[in-house]
Order: sequence, then structure tokens, then C-alpha cells
Amino acid sequence: MPAGDAATPEPVHRSLGLTDDEYELIREIQGREPNHLELAMYSVMWSEHCSYKSSRIHLKRFPTTAEWVLVGPGEGAGVVDVGDGIAAALRIESHNHPSAIEPYQGAATGVGGILRDIFSMGARPIAVMDPLRLGPLDDARSRWIAEGVVSGISGYGTSVGVPNIGGETVFDECYAENPLVNVLALGIMPAERLVLGRAEGVGNLAVLLGSSTGRDGIGGVSVLASAEFSDDGSDADKRPSVQVGDPFEEKRLIEACLELLDRNLAVGVQDLGGAGITCATSETAAKGGAGMDVFVAPIPQREQGMEPFEVMTSESQERMLAIVEPGNLDAVLEIARRWEIRATVIGEVTGSGRLRVLSDRDGEVLADVPAKSLEEDAPLYDRPRAEPADLADRRADSANSLPAPADVAADLRAMLADTSWVYSQYDHQLFLNSVETPGGDAAVLRLKHPTTGADTGRGLALTTDGNHLWCAVDPRAGSALTFVESAMNLAVVGARPVAMVNCMNFGSPEDPEVMWQFSESVDGFTEALDAFGTPCIGGNVSLYNASKGRPIDPTPIIGVLGVVDQLDRRPPGVTLVEGGRLLLVGHGDPELSGSLWAALHGHRGRGTLPAVELEHAKAAVDAVRELVADGLVLGAHDVAQGGVGLALAELAVQSGTGVTAARIADHAELFSEVPGRAVLCVDPEQTVVVLERLEQAGVPVARIGVAGGDRFAVKGLCDVALADLTSAWTDRLPDALGSGTTQG
Amino acid sequence: MGATVAVVRFPGTNCEFDVVEAVESLGGQAQIVFHDETSLGGADAVVVAGGFAHGDYLRPGAIARFSPVMAAVTEFAADGGPVVGICNGFQVLTEANLLPGALQKNAGLKFKCQMADLVVASSDSVLTSQAQVGDVLRIPINHFEGNYTCSPETLAELRGDDRIVVRYAENPNGSVDDIAGICNEGRNVVGLMPHPERACNELLGSVDGRVMLGSLLAAAGARV
Repeated sequence: MPAGDAATPEPVHRSLGLTDDEYELIREIQGREPNHLELAMYSVMWSEHCSYKSSRIHLKRFPTTAEWVLVGPGEGAGVVDVGDGIAAALRIESHNHPSAIEPYQGAATGVGGILRDIFSMGARPIAVMDPLRLGPLDDARSRWIAEGVVSGISGYGTSVGVPNIGGETVFDECYAENPLVNVLALGIMPAERLVLGRAEGVGNLAVLLGSSTGRDGIGGVSVLASAEFSDDGSDADKRPSVQVGDPFEEKRLIEACLELLDRNLAVGVQDLGGAGITCATSETAAKGGAGMDVFVAPIPQREQGMEPFEVMTSESQERMLAIVEPGNLDAVLEIARRWEIRATVIGEVTGSGRLRVLSDRDGEVLADVPAKSLEEDAPLYDRPRAEPADLADRRADSANSLPAPADVAADLRAMLADTSWVYSQYDHQLFLNSVETPGGDAAVLRLKHPTTGADTGRGLALTTDGNHLWCAVDPRAGSALTFVESAMNLAVVGARPVAMVNCMNFGSPEDPEVMWQFSESVDGFTEALDAFGTPCIGGNVSLYNASKGRPIDPTPIIGVLGVVDQLDRRPPGVTLVEGGRLLLVGHGDPELSGSLWAALHGHRGRGTLPAVELEHAKAAVDAVRELVADGLVLGAHDVAQGGVGLALAELAVQSGTGVTAARIADHAELFSEVPGRAVLCVDPEQTVVVLERLEQAGVPVARIGVAGGDRFAVKGLCDVALADLTSAWTDRLPDALGSGTTQG
Repeated sequence: MGATVAVVRFPGTNCEFDVVEAVESLGGQAQIVFHDETSLGGADAVVVAGGFAHGDYLRPGAIARFSPVMAAVTEFAADGGPVVGICNGFQVLTEANLLPGALQKNAGLKFKCQMADLVVASSDSVLTSQAQVGDVLRIPINHFEGNYTCSPETLAELRGDDRIVVRYAENPNGSVDDIAGICNEGRNVVGLMPHPERACNELLGSVDGRVMLGSLLAAAGARV
């Protein structure tokens, strides 16, 4: 400690993560000195994680409305009407920082938290997806994180009984100390049963359901998720800020809450996530325009001697808050008894507009703040933004100036990775909905009515996408292209996009360059969403993703929900059929900057991304979707990372069918990554029809080859045994991570 | 009136509605029976569905065997009633001593969700009466503790009495003798790790589960 500091210990507000200005603002709101409990409550609610204080000013630019949007950003989850009286709730979240410290529990509790967001809206969770960004496979600690994260998602997700239908797994140097563990969840409900977290009706009771409250996760949002990791190894001390999950408790909580809502016994339901009871009570009270008194003594506590501030800010998992009319309390307690979960009256709705914390009913007042101030008065920062000083130089350096590869097949082998090592550890089939399972471009689920179980004959499709290499070159264009990729992923399974959610994973907002990336990314998504007519219905922002002073590459990850209007056959899938004709659909541009191929050769974050006209991309997406819907396609794969080359290789290895391709001029055409394109495998007899339809739609198409045989050959570029590529594809993750052994 | 199948639901069970859907798609009727019930409500067959009964705490099935409904299931089985335990249900039936042996963690210590080829080893059971010995059925597996084990004496008995019902074509979990499912001496109680209810709809990639659940419905129908 530097000399002189001993006499003036750090003020309490700073140790809680509040700035001096924020402290002054709290004093102004209170008209007096806030006490320690009040400061603790403000510190969690005004944390970056809960208040979005650095990002809200930008997030406002997203288009968020459409005829079918029932709930946009700002609630537990976004909700859209998907027809047949069914509403779908969608949300994405990050659990990056906890997973870096304690991979198993960090990832597990990420799943638990997002499920509560879904069923707090009244929807039964029917699927989760996990986009993961992990450090390089040759780093032992990154492998430890990878194993722990996948085990945590598997252990919690399978046990809680919600299928995990896909995601992505990307390994890269920039995530070595700061993995990204994002999780997306989808739920469905009868459209008329939309529930919002509202505390209405003076005298109504706040009933805490689920786990007891412990010392785990105190300050999770303010200490852990709103600061960077240090480089002196002291982060292990943050482990008590990571919560511990209990999926069996969550499973019973889901069933009890859904039964409670089925029987109309709750006015509102709110999950306890970041900032715990403080967040749940203040949000429900503020949104309902009411106030609330909270009683500390009756709150079931895991250990003796907990301070009120610990009880109020604990992030213990598997807890929900239900607002119940007094006359319904007995029925609620009976449901809780049947499902063997705790249910305790811990507060009462008042008309005061204030959130008061009392030691007990009629006890001493420990805190008294305006309920709205915790949420609505949180500071809003327009942080300085600056484009990188060397941007012009960087953009002038195109990857097309790299020498042509000596061995194209070797580059393909280096790009191939079968991720079934990850997804075979997750139950991806529960509920009998999973028509297209992980390994495809998008997951496809049968859409059954949530109450009657009646099959609608239609489907929902879901994809998650993100590309940090594109966004490192150009966060704006990279973000727009990410959405285009998602749209094509949906198109190849016959689905049209209806809603997007995004998880904005960036570095420190205090770094002007990071804020510039963030703002550019928002604008890029906005342009693409406008062009496709798709609303953004929610999202999550994860900042301070960095370690040793270096921010991660900007990594916005999106989830896009699609609707399949007629699901009477399985989508074609990433496959080839012997003798099928190969068509490359969409506009190309042989620019290599931002590509995986360029990164493999040491060129990243430089040059400019290939040009994409969003209108052209949309036309290609629409045309492909219609061809798939009309059953004219035998196999299909979108073109994105790795370009046409990797798309062809993946089609070949996944189907065990060779490829003879031509009319690809050079390595730039093979590996450039313009999204909004797809490779289709078409029956020779239907090729003419397909070509005509694409021509009518004004979408460019090239006949690039034939499927069949046991070689993978692209004229003038490579000719190898398919088995060479297949072994590279299947062996990469098991070799690196260990697949375990089986007896016999 | 078709046969009625009682589908047992413990806290933590998660495949119960899938079994109901599959049974109904085959023309049967199904009713969920909660674990605290003491009667099966006159059902003609019982399925103990998959999931994580009581969170699998202590050991899969170890707590579930004490749920009140298991007394009714045991009585129904003793009376010759058809009982099938799928996945966690198989684990529950071994813990309840309705089937011999135990399910330990998969060799490789990983959860596994994948399609598996099963070879029918006996057609003399309530789950395989409509299949032929040697038939290969494509049925998904989804488990962490599916590695069947038993004493050498029990294994000899299972083999000698033709009580191994289905085997894996490629052993995914280390089970002794590639065992995927077995039956009791009366052949009316069957436990298996794979999920036949997940293979009853063309859209899901296999309909080979129909022959199994169809067999069960036939056995149930014989009691109506």
C-alpha cells in the first residue's frame, strides 16, 4: 500500500464499485447520507451488468417493433407471436466472467439464470443454445476451461430437462483468459398467458420461491461482471462471487411456477438473477408503479449471522419472486408443498412508491429508497468513442496480398472441426421436437401447442452466429454480415427470420476504441435488421471482456428465431447425394480480409471486408428458402467462415460423399467469406428448374460441380482423398480434449 | 377403449410427456401418475419415464425407490403387469430390485446423447414381442450412467434365461456384454437405457421405437 493511504481508508462506495459522482447522485436522490445497506443496493442495481449505463444510449438505435412483436427489449425476455395462438419467448445472456473463474458452475448457472427469465414470462423453456468462445486448444488452461464449461452446461441443462439444440464452439487466442459463455433460451406459451413482472395491488404479497439465500454470488454483478481481470493471479479471490447451481431445485421451481401461472394464482413473477432480492423487488415495484416493503427476518438463510446487505444482494440461484393476492396464498403454498420447494412471504406491495427494507414485519426500517431510482435513475453514460488511430493504414492492408497457399488441402484440414464432442454431451432431443439437431446450419423444432400438445404442422428454427474476425476488421460491416449469415442459416432449413436477440461481448467501455467498436456494431446490426425487416427483441451486454490489458476482439453474438411455415419433411441438411449437382447461389467478392484463411496465415484485423449489398443478400436468402420449402434441394449449406471451400468440405465430410468442383478461379474465390450465399446440392433432373427460379429472382448462381466418389477435388486448387479431410474433421476436438475411452 | 399406460412422474422426471405423446400416437391412452400417489388408477401398463428423479441425488433411482408410487408399481409387477423403465426409469427399477444389476457411469465419464443401433436379443418380453431376434433398431441414447453391470452369476442367469432383451451393436458406454436392456424372470418388467419414445416420428429421424411401444401396448391390451 502506498504511504499516506493508511490514514484514509477507501470510502465504502468505492469498494462497492460506485464512483464518487454516482455516490453524490445517490446522496441527492436520498436527500441525506445513504447508509451501508442502501449503498449496497444502489451499487448492484447501478452496476454495468444491471443498468447498461454505458450501452443504453446506443442500444436505443435498434429497430424493435413489428406487427408480431408482443414484448420488446427491457423485460425478462422478448416475445413474438408465432401463430396458432402461440407466443415464443427468446433471450440471450452471457456468463463470461464467472466461467473464467469457475468454468463448471459459471456455465451451469448461466443456463439456470436464462431459464428463469423465460418461465418468468409464463413460457415453458423448450430449448437452449450455447455459443462458446474459448482459448486455443494448445493451451492447457483453455482446455480446462473448455472441459469445465461443457460439463457445466451438460450437467445442469440435461438435469433441468431442457434440450440444448445447438450453438457454436470457436477457439481463438483472444479468448485465452476470458472465455465467452453465452446462452440463449427459447420458450413457448399460449399467447393469451403473457406474464410481466409487475407488483400491482396494494396489500398483495411478495412470495419468495425456491432456494434459501446464502453468501454465494454477493457482488457478482458489480465486482465480477463489471471489471476486468487482473494479471497478478488474484482473481481466484473472486471465486466466492461465483454462484453454485442446483438443477433439481430449478426443475421443481419451473414446474411449480408454470402450475401457478396455469392456474392464474400470481399477479406477476420475477426471477432473482443479478442483484438478487434487491433487483426483483425494486423492478417489480417500479414497473407496477407501486412500492414494496421487504422483511429480512423471514427470508430463509443458508447460514447464521448474515447481514441484511448480504441477504439483499446475494445471487443465490434457483429463486423466484411471485406477487400473490392474499386470497390465493394458500393455493400457492400448496403447489409449493407438492413440488417440494420453499415458499415464504417476504414482503408486501405498498402504494408508497418506495422500496423499504425492514428487519421484520413491523420491525426496524433498515433502508428506504425510491423504488424507481434503483432502475430508472441509474446514470446514463455517453462514453468517449474514438476510431483506432491507425485505421486508415490497417484498412489499406488487404489479405489478398498474402501469397497463394502452397497446399490448399492443408488449409482446409486446419479449418475443419467436428463439434459433436461438445453437443453429444447435451440432451438435444427432449420434448420430441428436434427435427434438425446440432451439426446443421440451424436447429429446427416442431411447433406444438404448449397446452394441448397439438402439432401445428409448422416449425421454429433457431441459429446463433458471431464472427470476431470480421468484427475485428470492421465492427459495423462485420455485424451486418453476421445477421446476413444467420438469415441464410435459417433459409437453408426453410425458415424465415422473425426476431433477433444479441449478446454484445466487448472490452472495457472506458476504452474509447472499444466504445467505437460497440457503437459501430449497433449501427451495422441496425442496417441489416432494417433491410430484412427483422426486429431486435432483446439482448444482453457483456463489457470488460479483457485480460492483461488487451480487450477481446469485438464479438457480438446473435440468436435469430425463424418460422418454418410448413414442416412436413425434414430439411435437406448439410449433406450431399451421389450424383447431385452443386450450385453456388449468391453474389461473391474475392476479398480475403477478415477470413479464417487470412487468420490462419497471420493476417487479422486488417483490410476491408468483402462488399455485400443487403438487398442482394436478402433476395438470395429468400430464393434459397423458397427452393428448400418447395423440396427442390437435396442438401444445403450456407457459405460463411472458410468460404466456399470449407462449405464444400463440410458438405463432403458430413455426408461421406466426395466432390468434383470447378469454376473457382483461385484461393481468393475459394476462401473469401461473403455471407448470404449457399451451396446447394440438387437432383440433376431438377437443376434446370432451380436455375430458372433463381434467374427469375435475379439471384446469381454458378454450377460448380458434382457430388460423388471418394475424392475431394477442386480443379486447379486441390485433389485429395475425402478420408484425409474426414479424419481431420472428426479427430480435432477429441485429440485435443480427450474423448475418453469405451470398454470392449 | 384402448389400453391405458400409467406414466410415472417423480420430481425431476422430464421424459413423461414425451412418452405420453408417443403412446398416444400409437393409439394408446396415457395418464401421468405423480410419485406421491399410492394407486396406478387402473392402468394396464406402467412406464417409468426418463429424467433425473429426485435430482439423481445420492445415486440415480436411490431416492425414487422410496416414493409411494413405487409400492403400487411393485405390486402391479408382481401381478404380472407390464412395466417398462426407460433410461432413468431403468435405474429406478434396478434400485427398487425389480430388475437385477446396476447402472454405473459411462466408460469415458461423459454424458452421451446420440443415435444407437440396438440388436434385438430376445423377442420374449413385453417390449419386444413384435420384433424378431436379430432386428436392428435405431433408437437414441441419452445418459451419463448407462453402463450396465452385474455379478458374473447374474450375467450367467440373464444369458441362460434369455433375459437380455436388447444389445448395442456398438457399445457406447462400457455395458457388460453390450447390454442395453434386460427383463425380469416373468418377462413382464423390462428396463433399457435407450429411449424408444424418441423414435416414433419420421420427422425425428427414426420410427423404430414403434415396435417397442407397440409391443408394450399389445401386452397392456391383453389385460384390458
